[in-house]
Amino acid sequence: MPSLAGLFFWMNNKIENIKKIEVSKPLKLDCGRTINNFPLAYETYGKLNSNKDNAILVFHALTGDQFVAGTNPITNKEGWWVTTVGPGKAIDTNKYFVICANVIGGCMGSLGPKNINHETNQPYGLDFPVITIRDMVRAQESLLDHLGIKKLLCATGGSMGGMQVLQFCATFPEKTFSAIPIACSSSHSAQNIALNELARQAIMADPVWDNGKYLLKNVQPKNGLAVARMVGHISYLSEKGMQEKFGRKLQEKADYEFSFNADFQVESYLRHQGYTFVDRFDANSILYITRAMDYFDLSKQFKGGLIEAFKNQKTKFLIMSFSSDWLYTTKENKDIVIALNSSGADVSYSEIITDKGHDSFLLNELEFLKTLKGFIDSMYEKFKNEKRI
Amino acid sequence: MKNLKMKKEFKVIAELLPINTRVLDVGCGDGSLMSFLKKEKNIEVRGLELDKDNVQKCINKGLPVIQGDAETELHQFPKQSFDYVVLSQTLQAFYDPDKVLKELLRIGKSVIVSIPNFGYWKVRTKLLFFGKMPVTKTLPNTWYNTPNLHMCTIKDLFNFCDEKNIKIKKVIGVNEDKTSLIKKSNLETKNFFSKLGIFLIG
Repeated sequence: MPSLAGLFFWMNNKIENIKKIEVSKPLKLDCGRTINNFPLAYETYGKLNSNKDNAILVFHALTGDQFVAGTNPITNKEGWWVTTVGPGKAIDTNKYFVICANVIGGCMGSLGPKNINHETNQPYGLDFPVITIRDMVRAQESLLDHLGIKKLLCATGGSMGGMQVLQFCATFPEKTFSAIPIACSSSHSAQNIALNELARQAIMADPVWDNGKYLLKNVQPKNGLAVARMVGHISYLSEKGMQEKFGRKLQEKADYEFSFNADFQVESYLRHQGYTFVDRFDANSILYITRAMDYFDLSKQFKGGLIEAFKNQKTKFLIMSFSSDWLYTTKENKDIVIALNSSGADVSYSEIITDKGHDSFLLNELEFLKTLKGFIDSMYEKFKNEKRI
Repeated sequence: MKNLKMKKEFKVIAELLPINTRVLDVGCGDGSLMSFLKKEKNIEVRGLELDKDNVQKCINKGLPVIQGDAETELHQFPKQSFDYVVLSQTLQAFYDPDKVLKELLRIGKSVIVSIPNFGYWKVRTKLLFFGKMPVTKTLPNTWYNTPNLHMCTIKDLFNFCDEKNIKIKKVIGVNEDKTSLIKKSNLETKNFFSKLGIFLIG
């Protein structure tokens, strides 16, 4: 069993081998600072056809990365969206060219707080600029230039990925033919900000965190990071789903232990989720990415409100929400539909009935996958026709 | 040909709609009317549909459809945002048809509403001679499972529009493949012989 520091070194080594571009165009961030010559890591699946009209850009969620399908070469686990993306899947990589980039602020190869700050020759830590969803999206636009894609067939993503889809369409209205924001909102609610704050406070309360300077000692505040992950995990499930999955079942024991060990299965599950997460994620990245989500407010960006954000949209939208999602509720998703309708945009909406909560978009939800596939395939036909004309 | 198979009702509705307009189809079903309008008349269509399977069918056809209940969710469409709003044979199924109609008139510059006519002679005779709630081709459900809470006749809707000062632009009666123009002067007879009434109002 390698030591944590050893594991980190080994993983960082692996990260050096993943696909990356260096974005030379300076990017002025919303906070006022500018970054340039920064790395943007990405992965692609399938083949870009000669007309370059089969490209789908996937935006990942808070703890996701660019490894959407197949096997993640860093963790050796399945890609986070294997249920949806792959050969013969709803987003069929035999037919479509799927692109996903690691967000800036992340920790899977794109510029983030664990990168070396060339001014100090030390990891950025809290010297890393506070980034926004718009910054993430603008950074990823460079990748499309690099791949020679003028217009995407579709931009999609769930949760924070959905927010990036909305931002992408608002910032680059000509860059995608269709868009599928899934289980998201156009601005973070008080409850979501509160949950993110809980995650951040858990990390900051860990003495190992040391104001974000832990990387100098080659360690991770894994207790705090694990708790942050547990908070997230609870919010991704539903009350009913959790009750059905775990109930009051005990973890490999006949009765209570009268201790604080993980007596209940649900405790054991959370601990497992928490402590496996620390092997693949950087604590400071959680701080930065959750902050970006909290700051997200499309109507604030466009002074006339959400309708203004979608003014003159030619993009064809499909919004999907899940009935038991209490993190990004059906109501919040419908508000996006209402705004799109008010601006005269082409929008479809479907609510998927499920007990699986926010996580549903990552699971094998047939109704969801069918709708997604039906939409993308029909959009592809339309996009081809439009290009022909 | 598929179009030939389309319901007579849809053909009448399609004929009422000019080309290159914006139309909202409330209760758009599987999108067959929307497809037809888009293809034949270059109409920019949008649909609202409650049934999940129908929503799926529309999406598969690339038709923009919003899953939702017209009774509660019409507020999301802005005032006068469509040239026409179409409501096919569902007015009588709403809890509050008066309110729904007001909403349709707010959203559309004109509204096309069709109703199964409870004044049709077969319906009348069933009730009169058999003493039972009528079950016909246009009204296939029995009293306990019918979605139709507010059955009405062509005459009822005619009078309703008068009372509410809603402008009636055209009324067409449909009986199988035959259509006829309905006016105040022939209202009594047409109300007796039409299975379906199609109203262009607003």
